[in-house]
Amino acid sequence: MENLIALLIAAPLLGAAVLLVGGRRLDAVGHWIGTLLAAASFVVGLVLFAGLLGRGTEDRTLTQHLFSWIPVAGFQADVTFRLDQLSMTFVLLITGVGSLIHLYSVGYMEHDERRRRFFGYLNLFLAAMLLLVLADNYLLLYVGWEGVGLASYLLIGFWQHKPSAATAAKKAFLVNRVGDMGLSIAIMLMFTTFGTFAFGPVLGHVGDTSEGRLTAIGLMLLLAACGKSAQVPLQSWLGDAMEGPTPVSALIHAATMVTAGVYLIVRSGALFNAAPDAQLAVTVVGAVTLLFGAIVGCAKDDIKKALAGSTMSQIGYMVLAAGLGPVGYVFAIMHLVTHGFFKAGLFLGAGSVMHAMNDEVDMRKYGGLRKYMPVTFVTFGLGYLAIIGFPGLSGFFSKDKIIEAAFAKGGTEGWILGGAALLGAAITAFYMTRVMLMTFFGEERWRNRPTPSPAEPSVEPAAEERGEHAEPHPHESPKVMTIPMIVLAVGSVFGGAFFSLGDRFLHWLEPVTGHQEGHPPVSAWTVTAATLVCLVLGAGLAWAQYGRRPVPAVAPRGSLLTRAARRDLLQDDFNHVVLVRGGEHLTRTLVYLDHSLVDGVVNGTAASVGGLSGRLRRLQNGFARSYAVSMFGGAAVLVAATLLMRAV
Amino acid sequence: MSATAVHSLWTTAADPISKIDAPKIEYGQLSPTLIVIGAALVGVLIEAFVPRRFRYYTQVFVSFVALAAAFAAVVALAADGYGTTRARIAAMGAIAVDGPALFLQGTILLGALAALFTFAERRLDPAAHGNRVDSFAAQAASVPGSDSEKAAVRAGFTTTEVFPLLLFAVGGMLVFPSANDLLTLFVALEVFSLPLYLLCALARRKRLMSQEAAVKYFLLGAFASAFTLFGIALLYGYAGSVSYGTIAQVVDGTVTDIDPALANTMGNDALLLIGAAMLVMGLLFKVAAVPFHMWTPDVYQGAPTPVTGFMAAATKVAAFGALLRVLYVVLPGMRWDWRPVMWAVAIVTMLGGAIVAITQTDIKRLLAYSSIAHAGFILAGVIATTPSGVSSVLFYLAAYSFVTIGAFAVVTLVRDAGGEATHLSKWAGLGRRSPLVAAVFAVFLLAFAGIPLTSGFAGKFAVFKAAAEGGAVPLVVIGVISSAVAAFFYIRVIVLMFFSEPRPEGPTVAVPSPLTMAAIGIGVAVTLVLGVAPQYFLDLASQAGVFVR
Repeated sequence: MENLIALLIAAPLLGAAVLLVGGRRLDAVGHWIGTLLAAASFVVGLVLFAGLLGRGTEDRTLTQHLFSWIPVAGFQADVTFRLDQLSMTFVLLITGVGSLIHLYSVGYMEHDERRRRFFGYLNLFLAAMLLLVLADNYLLLYVGWEGVGLASYLLIGFWQHKPSAATAAKKAFLVNRVGDMGLSIAIMLMFTTFGTFAFGPVLGHVGDTSEGRLTAIGLMLLLAACGKSAQVPLQSWLGDAMEGPTPVSALIHAATMVTAGVYLIVRSGALFNAAPDAQLAVTVVGAVTLLFGAIVGCAKDDIKKALAGSTMSQIGYMVLAAGLGPVGYVFAIMHLVTHGFFKAGLFLGAGSVMHAMNDEVDMRKYGGLRKYMPVTFVTFGLGYLAIIGFPGLSGFFSKDKIIEAAFAKGGTEGWILGGAALLGAAITAFYMTRVMLMTFFGEERWRNRPTPSPAEPSVEPAAEERGEHAEPHPHESPKVMTIPMIVLAVGSVFGGAFFSLGDRFLHWLEPVTGHQEGHPPVSAWTVTAATLVCLVLGAGLAWAQYGRRPVPAVAPRGSLLTRAARRDLLQDDFNHVVLVRGGEHLTRTLVYLDHSLVDGVVNGTAASVGGLSGRLRRLQNGFARSYAVSMFGGAAVLVAATLLMRAV
Repeated sequence: MSATAVHSLWTTAADPISKIDAPKIEYGQLSPTLIVIGAALVGVLIEAFVPRRFRYYTQVFVSFVALAAAFAAVVALAADGYGTTRARIAAMGAIAVDGPALFLQGTILLGALAALFTFAERRLDPAAHGNRVDSFAAQAASVPGSDSEKAAVRAGFTTTEVFPLLLFAVGGMLVFPSANDLLTLFVALEVFSLPLYLLCALARRKRLMSQEAAVKYFLLGAFASAFTLFGIALLYGYAGSVSYGTIAQVVDGTVTDIDPALANTMGNDALLLIGAAMLVMGLLFKVAAVPFHMWTPDVYQGAPTPVTGFMAAATKVAAFGALLRVLYVVLPGMRWDWRPVMWAVAIVTMLGGAIVAITQTDIKRLLAYSSIAHAGFILAGVIATTPSGVSSVLFYLAAYSFVTIGAFAVVTLVRDAGGEATHLSKWAGLGRRSPLVAAVFAVFLLAFAGIPLTSGFAGKFAVFKAAAEGGAVPLVVIGVISSAVAAFFYIRVIVLMFFSEPRPEGPTVAVPSPLTMAAIGIGVAVTLVLGVAPQYFLDLASQAGVFVR
């Protein structure tokens, strides 16, 4: 059975190779090849899953050694895969949700002439992410990590003819480099500390290592996670990454990429457990990000950017949970999986709406769409209920556990973290309700366009009209797009309950991550009740503002916070002032120093050597007599020096 | 001088004898030298008896056969183990047959073969009155610019004596590094120096400059020889013997029985120190170490270019071989005295050569200063006083001599109306007009500069490594700094050749005969092979790195 593991990665990798090398002759079938290979990987994943279930709880770790990668004395890197409950969970999420997004893309990208290439990149994305979660050592994980970075760069910038897309891709890539630097430093530290970077030996020897070392490694891993998972302070790329086609956003936000950071932290759990300072840093990053993302999400009028803020916030929850240690690891992963369902569903829904609205993303130009897009409305609505944590839906179970675990941290820290998580829940309810109301309810603001056009909405795909400035004709998307949305909606509704009842997910994951019951200072029911109150408050406030009153077509000026949140809480301004300007000044200073000091010294040396050469040259005057004198003098010095040596 | 004293020149046996035994000569082991000297004598006879029009071909043939046969003899001796296990002292203690001797003899012979090709080149100079001529004067005895010179040119004379002269010089050079007593050393020194003085004076063009160079070389060489000879006398006074082994024993203090005739001087350390310094000075003159280098640029520039190439390569090999043997076999007991002094010499040689080369405008003078700097690098290896020091010097010498001969062979190709165009400004843009020649020269320059994948890098690396292991790290640092300085002027020539506009009245590149092509080809091949795959030759040099005592 172990031999199947490589197949998981091989299938999408083959797809990427075939689609990217195959050229135009595959244009007609390329998208189906890509989708089939993604699905094939999912099927292999299911087979392996069944195999794992058939084994004993303690016997569910499979490894497959493929070949020795870098065999140098004292430096052994192998291509070895490790399939345990943690990576199995990710494999199913990545291939399952990934396959659905592939299927959806067949419809979404139907009119894009570079669709084959798009599917090649999607397959590459899956393969890299699978490599990341299946690697048995940090170095191989790093390969997947970089592969994910590459694929995301290619996909975010897929519409490279748009300067904004090209810039966004570059931004994502550069910000990710900062995180990657953290990971590479962490790996180097591991090698100097443990002499290896395989999971088993590294995580098995944390006990006999100084805490300072572990904290350093942990903080570097956290930096890496911040980059990939868009956590403060490396969050700035996520919003801009919306420039990619919507399925890409779904893939990045639900199945791949942003979950990598959470995986890294949970995978290195043993290390973080032994480095409490690093863990505290993880929780702080998580708590700050969950509020940061939520606040940004409130102010965005662009539907995708609002969802992007939401993703940032939800990943913040996961990171917070992962920072809580064994109390939280399982819930971090559980929230990750449920989030994978509802966030993928929400993004696909958003894509469906855009598809119907001539690629319009401004929610102020939506409104009342529920009548025209019933399937999208229902699936999106279920995703909405799941994410705000409506009782019984999947977000309710997973998020509630994280809030409980945060309170269970104990002491002031526990109250602060728990409070932040609770506040985050309220804001989540607010901004998601806002999205919901502005898109599907209220008056049909898209009709206010000046251009005259048939009032009656068409049910036909309005593809040939896309990009024209005509009044949109909202319509339901084709089946190839709605079916994935329906499947994901089902997952959003029942996933949480399925995992939580009988603690199924807990028992499944516990052998890998370990678990320890949290004891919040107040009873669990109190926490749940408080969460629900926050939910109602947030949703009610949103209804008061956007449901009861008409939504203005032009955004009001808003408060200082709103305006800041619209600008992503000034993240880019901060980066510009501190990093860009600072960097420019630093570079200018260095260039100046290079010119004046370094070049000065170099040129000065050269000039003085040249001058010396000119003067020495004059000694060579062509007269044999001076030469003889030089020889005689030399001989005298030689003799004298030899005698002197003896005398000394 | 008593019979005892004369006797003790040759043996350490103390008992006086009334008659001199016939010396026992191992002809087989001395065969490389004997073949070359014998062929040189045959060459003299050829000059006397063979008709003028056949002389050139006969001489080239004889010289070629002799050098090739001598090289074969060296290889045969080495294959018989004379370089390692069967190393011995032959010819009644006068000649050592051991690894360094055979390695250096082989190097000299191969270099001499390449040099012979450049000597025999007759296509570069335009034909004078229908006669093919080489780089050498039509008639050495005719005064430059005189009627007799014109008559000689008109008659199509050539100085075919250069071939026996070359062979005599090679013969002396073969003995020089293998000499095992000081008198043999001195005789060998003179045997290879005198033909070189003559060869330097024989240029066909710019004869006055050539003759001036020869006179300078002769005067200063004689001056240096005097120092050497005086040093030898002092050492004899100190040790009561000229044999390397005996002197070493006296220096070490293992021999204490004093020759009554020398009771006043033997064991006097002042004699040892002064004598050793003067002997070493004579050798440093030959390797062109600062401050005994002043002759080098003038002589290199004035001599016919094929002679310059031969001299720069083979003299250096022979002289460093002798220097190594003197320092490692005769004077190891006083290395704490000579090492600091040699340190200083190596430093000023490396820096001096590299720095003065920067402002040179003539390619031959540039290469002369480059050879001075290289002498400094090699000295760094000599100072290591370890077996790896010996083998690194051997390797460096082999690598360097082929680069040098090749480089000077290229210099003979670039010509204008006045003969060779040696002023650097005329080389501008050569790479555009003759990319192949310029590329080949660039390879040699890169090898001089010690750029990886050329023999220069492998050699420099070996020498500096040995020096650092021998505790001379500051020397290595200075060596690397002067390499950097030296890289400047080597690369400058490359830049000049490839990135400057060609001058309209610039020189042309003559198409040589296969002879010069062979010489250049050997140079390039050795440079690249030793650079890309040096290990075999490094191993060879390290096997050959042990002196017989």
